[in-house]
Amino acid sequence: MSSSIPFTHNKYYSWCRNNLFSSWINGIITILSIYFIYEVSSFFLNWTIFEADFVNNFRGEKITDRTFCSKNIEPGQHGACWAIIIVRFHQFIYGFYPVEEAWRVNLVYGLLPFALVGIFFDNLPFRKYFIYFTFLFPFIGYFLLYGGAGLDVVGTSKWGGLLVTLFLGVTGILLAFPLSIILALGRRSKMPVIKTICVIFIEFIRGVPLITLLFTANVMLPLFLPEGVRPDNLLRALVAVTLFQSAYMAEAIRGGLQAIPKGQLEAAQSLGLTYWQSTRKIILPQALKISIPPIVNTCIGLFKDTSLVLIIGLFDLLGVGRAAVADIDWAKLHYEVYVFISLVFFIFCFGMSRYSLYLEKKLKTDNS
Amino acid sequence: MTKIKSLFIALILSLGVSSAFADGHGSTLDLVKERGKLMCGSNTGLAGFGAPNDAGVWEGIDVDVCRAVAAAVFGDANAVEFVPTTSKVRFTVLQSGEIDMLSRNTTWTLQRDVELGLEFVGVNYYDGQGFMVRKDLGVSSATELDGASVCIQVGTTTEMNLADYFKANDMSYEPIPVETNSEADAAYLAGRCDIYTTDASGLYASRAGYPDPSAHMVLPEIISKEPLGPSVRHGDSEWADIVRWSLNAMIIAEEKGITSDNVDEMKNSKDPETLRLLGVSKVGDTGAGYGAWLGLDDDWAYNIIKQVGNYSESFEKHIGVNTPINIARGLNALYKDGGILYAPPFR
Repeated sequence: MSSSIPFTHNKYYSWCRNNLFSSWINGIITILSIYFIYEVSSFFLNWTIFEADFVNNFRGEKITDRTFCSKNIEPGQHGACWAIIIVRFHQFIYGFYPVEEAWRVNLVYGLLPFALVGIFFDNLPFRKYFIYFTFLFPFIGYFLLYGGAGLDVVGTSKWGGLLVTLFLGVTGILLAFPLSIILALGRRSKMPVIKTICVIFIEFIRGVPLITLLFTANVMLPLFLPEGVRPDNLLRALVAVTLFQSAYMAEAIRGGLQAIPKGQLEAAQSLGLTYWQSTRKIILPQALKISIPPIVNTCIGLFKDTSLVLIIGLFDLLGVGRAAVADIDWAKLHYEVYVFISLVFFIFCFGMSRYSLYLEKKLKTDNS
Repeated sequence: MTKIKSLFIALILSLGVSSAFADGHGSTLDLVKERGKLMCGSNTGLAGFGAPNDAGVWEGIDVDVCRAVAAAVFGDANAVEFVPTTSKVRFTVLQSGEIDMLSRNTTWTLQRDVELGLEFVGVNYYDGQGFMVRKDLGVSSATELDGASVCIQVGTTTEMNLADYFKANDMSYEPIPVETNSEADAAYLAGRCDIYTTDASGLYASRAGYPDPSAHMVLPEIISKEPLGPSVRHGDSEWADIVRWSLNAMIIAEEKGITSDNVDEMKNSKDPETLRLLGVSKVGDTGAGYGAWLGLDDDWAYNIIKQVGNYSESFEKHIGVNTPINIARGLNALYKDGGILYAPPFR
């Protein structure tokens, strides 16, 4: 009797006892679950890491096509053949961007955190300069990627893979944000013309699938433009993505605006603040804070939706992956390619989700 | 519903086409030359026909037709930009002027040629629907397939062809519907169906990726006509001529035994047609070569053969029996070798 006392004082023991083995049924379910998790994760880890090929196969030969994959030499004995990702890594990350110019893309990737850090963290030293850089970044980035003035021009048709996914995702979200605030405020405006325009715009865009917008921007638009006027394919897709995202984000922000009690605006007005002053200093900070979860939700949705651009002939990350699988040298390595692509998408989407949690916590000022 | 849809598409296309003409449509050749490169609609990735390789270079027999046109126009087979198109958008992309020509395993049909306003300039691969079975099934002809289960992609012409064929031969079958090519592969390999049917070229490409390709065979019966070829927009016959004769030049080169290796020696050949093709002889005593008729340099065909090769070289390099795809020439052999590949005379 007394011997069991030390165990009950162990908090891990009692936690397990209370949560996992509180009854016979619970105990059985726990054991079955642990067994299931063990089976699945050991299979997955074996397949992805321990039994997988990376650069060389089990004989030590360098893998240059699928016939060298261990799993094709000894069927059923080996795991994934990641060589397809490694050999085509350049395509996955840069698309058809010339190899000798790839440093420009790397530089843009390297500068991106400096451009974003100023918006993301407000207690940063020298934040003002980071914000200046943020506004300059789109121009610097575009110049570096596209070229001109001393750099070789690399047309957007050569861009692909993660570059296109990030270009459309990040730029689309950043451009859509200010536009969506204007739309959300416009929709709640008392001025009938502005309100009508905003309502029609938002409802029209929301009533149409993204793929239709992309298709219209890519294929239908040139039909109605005069010969020779042909805006860049990728820019047209970017415009479609931005418009689409701004309509959805505007509705998320409108939700936040509607949640602000009327008394806040009245209090601001009674202090003598103008519409813009009260909106900027009282209403928007509160409304945007409430809207963070739905805004991030639409951002994550958009980031994944960028893979639809394959339909209009842009090779994003998924498009490059599909082309890799279609190559007879690498045929039937679907799992490797799709697992890799989902991992990349997961990293970005999970990152966005974590950042929004951080932001919510930081901005939490109410007492509830 | 479909009527309204096609009406709508027709309206949009006609609006677009008419507006394009209203703007004083420049000739496609001038536009291409001004741009400095050819815009070619390709597949989003089909092994052997059009797909980027590990280095990001597009390869395949459809891709080679584009390269041939670029070689003819610019003397540089790499002056092409490939625009990947899906089967849904390929015609609209061509109509909108986004690309100068389409070369992506597209079947030449009445509707596409006439109603959609395309111009098919020739056939670079004679395809047809076929059947693949496991060899251990012991079947040697499609007529022995009564009662078999068939993996079939839903909503395709192959689905209708299949029904027609079995009905005509008084046989029954059990359809196993699948959505995509890779799904069909998986179902067939898992033994969910006895037969996998789609275009024969697709069957060969699928088989090449199987763990044990030699355990499967494509039956000899081909139950539909699927002539695949490059196409251009209606309304610019001069451009259509250039694409047509670029393809013809590759076929004639094979007929005459001119390859990328011996093309320089062949300039000293005794054969008049070879000399005309390679730009050695002139038209009568005008002093001009045959390229002038097309608005091209006289060595346009020489450049095609030198840089891209003749039809046979392209075929054997990308889909022939020595590649994993392993397609015999069959129908695609020259007319004098038992196939139906036949180019009009070069004179």
